[in-house]
Amino acid sequence: MRLSKRSAALIATGLSGAMLLSACGGGDDDGGSSGGAAADGGTFSIYINEPENPLVPGNTTETEGGQVVDTLWTGLVEYDPETNQAAYTGVAESIESADQQTWTVTLKDGWTFHDGTPVNAQSFIQAWNYTANSANAQGNSYFFANIAGYDDLQAAETGGQPAATEMSGLRQLDDLTFEVQLAEPYAQWPTTTGYSAFFPLPQAFFDDPEGFGEQPIGNGPFQAEEPFVPGVGITLSRFDEYGGDQPANAESVEIRVYTEQSTAYTDLQGGTLDIVDTLPPDAIATAEQEFGDRYIETEQGDITSLGFPTYDQRFADPNVRKAFSMAIDRQAISDAIFNGTRTPAASYISPVVNGHRADACDTCQLDVEEANRLLDEAGFDRSQPVDLWFNAGGGHEEWMQAVGNQIRENLGVEYALRGDLQFAEYLPLQDAQGMTGPFRSGWIMDYPVAENFLGPLYSTEALPPAGSNVTFYSNPEFDRLLAEANAADGDEAAIAGYQAAEDVLLADFPAAPLFYRLNQGAHSERVDNVIINAFGRIDAAAVEVVE
Amino acid sequence: MGRYIARRLLLTIPVLIGASFLIFAMVYALPGDPIRALAGDRPLSEAVQAQLRAEYNLDDPLWLQYLKYVGGLLQGDFGTDFSGRAVLDTIEQRLPVTARLALAAVIFEALIGLTAGILAGIRRGSFFDNLVLVTTTLIVSVPVFVLGFVAQYVFGLRLGLFPTSGIGEGWYSYVLPGLVLASLSLAYVARLTRTSLAENLRQDYVRTARAKGLKPAVVIGKHTLRNSLIPVVTFIGADIGALMGGAIVTETIFNIPGLGRAVYDSVLRQEGAVVVGIVTLFVFFYIFFNLVVDILYALLDPRIRYD
Repeated sequence: MRLSKRSAALIATGLSGAMLLSACGGGDDDGGSSGGAAADGGTFSIYINEPENPLVPGNTTETEGGQVVDTLWTGLVEYDPETNQAAYTGVAESIESADQQTWTVTLKDGWTFHDGTPVNAQSFIQAWNYTANSANAQGNSYFFANIAGYDDLQAAETGGQPAATEMSGLRQLDDLTFEVQLAEPYAQWPTTTGYSAFFPLPQAFFDDPEGFGEQPIGNGPFQAEEPFVPGVGITLSRFDEYGGDQPANAESVEIRVYTEQSTAYTDLQGGTLDIVDTLPPDAIATAEQEFGDRYIETEQGDITSLGFPTYDQRFADPNVRKAFSMAIDRQAISDAIFNGTRTPAASYISPVVNGHRADACDTCQLDVEEANRLLDEAGFDRSQPVDLWFNAGGGHEEWMQAVGNQIRENLGVEYALRGDLQFAEYLPLQDAQGMTGPFRSGWIMDYPVAENFLGPLYSTEALPPAGSNVTFYSNPEFDRLLAEANAADGDEAAIAGYQAAEDVLLADFPAAPLFYRLNQGAHSERVDNVIINAFGRIDAAAVEVVE
Repeated sequence: MGRYIARRLLLTIPVLIGASFLIFAMVYALPGDPIRALAGDRPLSEAVQAQLRAEYNLDDPLWLQYLKYVGGLLQGDFGTDFSGRAVLDTIEQRLPVTARLALAAVIFEALIGLTAGILAGIRRGSFFDNLVLVTTTLIVSVPVFVLGFVAQYVFGLRLGLFPTSGIGEGWYSYVLPGLVLASLSLAYVARLTRTSLAENLRQDYVRTARAKGLKPAVVIGKHTLRNSLIPVVTFIGADIGALMGGAIVTETIFNIPGLGRAVYDSVLRQEGAVVVGIVTLFVFFYIFFNLVVDILYALLDPRIRYD
């Protein structure tokens, strides 16, 4: 609940002193799971917020339901939590292509869904066709937009039926092999298939989609033996016929729904909850001391930027945008507002993916003199205040205000905060070119590929309403370099290509990279081997119950 | 009496229709695009957005949306939320939880509030009276979320007397949240009882009863209390309705999966069908408990007749 978060923070600040004095008590309150627990692997609990969608991979767009779906499914490839590279530990034996456009996916034999039916080529083809079809209104539909024939599955008019129900680019070769024809070459495509939108679906889904969304049947290390209860959660048990090499260590995992982050944290302190994958902001300062080696910090695959309305006359000049960027002391904001849990950004590409350059952006450092020189040169009217936009309820006011204060101090330009709109109003306004000044822009990667930080945010293809390019930046040179990099054979060539595209972006500067996030989590003494990956997800299968 | 009840119940029908339309109109009037908000920072393809809008009738004008909603109601269909879950299922799952919480709160409210109020009212100006005055002032002035977090921290986490959250331990899980939820009303009940009792104790008929030589317990218990309780019962009755709908903060702090949380989430997501379904239910409860209070009057005060 967002309303009470701030008030909770106030109290918690007062209480945190008391917490330090009496550092964790509790721990004697873990129900009846001790005793024989260690023999069968034991059970542990993790926390999520209320999922917003049914628990179907093709329709789960947020992290809450995503944690459940990720625990229930294993995709074609999996992401190594250390390197964030795709590893063939999933269902795919290989995904190969000669021209980076026609991909042959070969599946491993012997994988089954939780209901005993085999995972085969049809499980993927049917699932992808279903998700892509606009008549089924699945939130992850656009992930298939680069497969040939996707457009035929999009209804032309509201509520109408699409021209086709199967993408022409998907073709079954035999039981365990299928071919994927992309609309354009994309060498990174195999890596994208680890994302939940690409998970397979059993026949049971198509028989009863609604019931399936409450009690999903996946192919992952854990299975659902009872339906998900909104507001309460779901308990998943180990799937003994799991096809992967790493079956779950624990016997079962309880995924518990909390509305209030601080309540989950209180339960963690009291020992009634085992793993919390995000800590309340006010607890971050004290959590490291309180939890010691049970405190986990992970680099996240995301970026926070200050986007510029390139359509606005005042911000049409790249030098003005660079001046604003150089007026911001990122480290100071991170220290003062985020307890140092934000890494100052100097590249559009997150450090968790290949292709990140720590020094790519030389206009991302504080340089007041140069900033003022650029601003003067561009003839920027300093007498008019600039509007700073952000969506309400996301905890952005404090740091946006800090940005504003630095702009005022370093550039002598007054600012006005425009943070009253919730997403429901804020996003349509962005799409309609309604931002009258720099705005907060956040992006969490879908899959660990440099392209995911460039194409969806800055390519001409991604202009609204089709995509998230809300700065309305468009440069054919950038598009061309991006397409070249996508088609490049081999990682080295691809990375060089993405960096060349990023260089164009850095010159045009449609947005100022600000921060990469560090995620904080903590766990109880009952569990070990807790891994939180760059997506902020807990690897439930790896968790060991030590008691 | 029977005719009176029947008439009152019939009157609820137009009230419910009016209330549901007003709530529907309010959700409709919320600015912004709920479908766009569903996707957050990520893109949602235009065809998918169009499909979702069509499914939830979001393109229709207000009156048509409402008619379609009522049409569904007449066939027993309360609509669905954006994740496709039937509103009726949500109510079925969450109503018992909210009802239990409200019941726990009302019990504490009546038990503690009345006891404190009666004792304070009998011994006006005593130490206990002052203690009740100070305590209730404190409770009324502290916001409920502060009370909730402090209670959770002290009694749940530090002392370990109660579960810190959830409803995993049956009725016992409702004790602490029930107390927190009841705290504000409890203070009002104590103050109301005290004032009402103190006032009635000064009445002539009390003096007469005492003069007759009746025992103090009978004077207070039989003669004074019945009269003094009328405003208190009115308050508690109306409060039950408020407790059912107003438990959002308490339900959130203690992570209790009740109706309050469901409404709060749905308002944020602009899920008209859910908000209207549940809030109309709240309205119904409010009317119903007020009716119960009116009937109770007749039992408390024989002078009141309903025919």
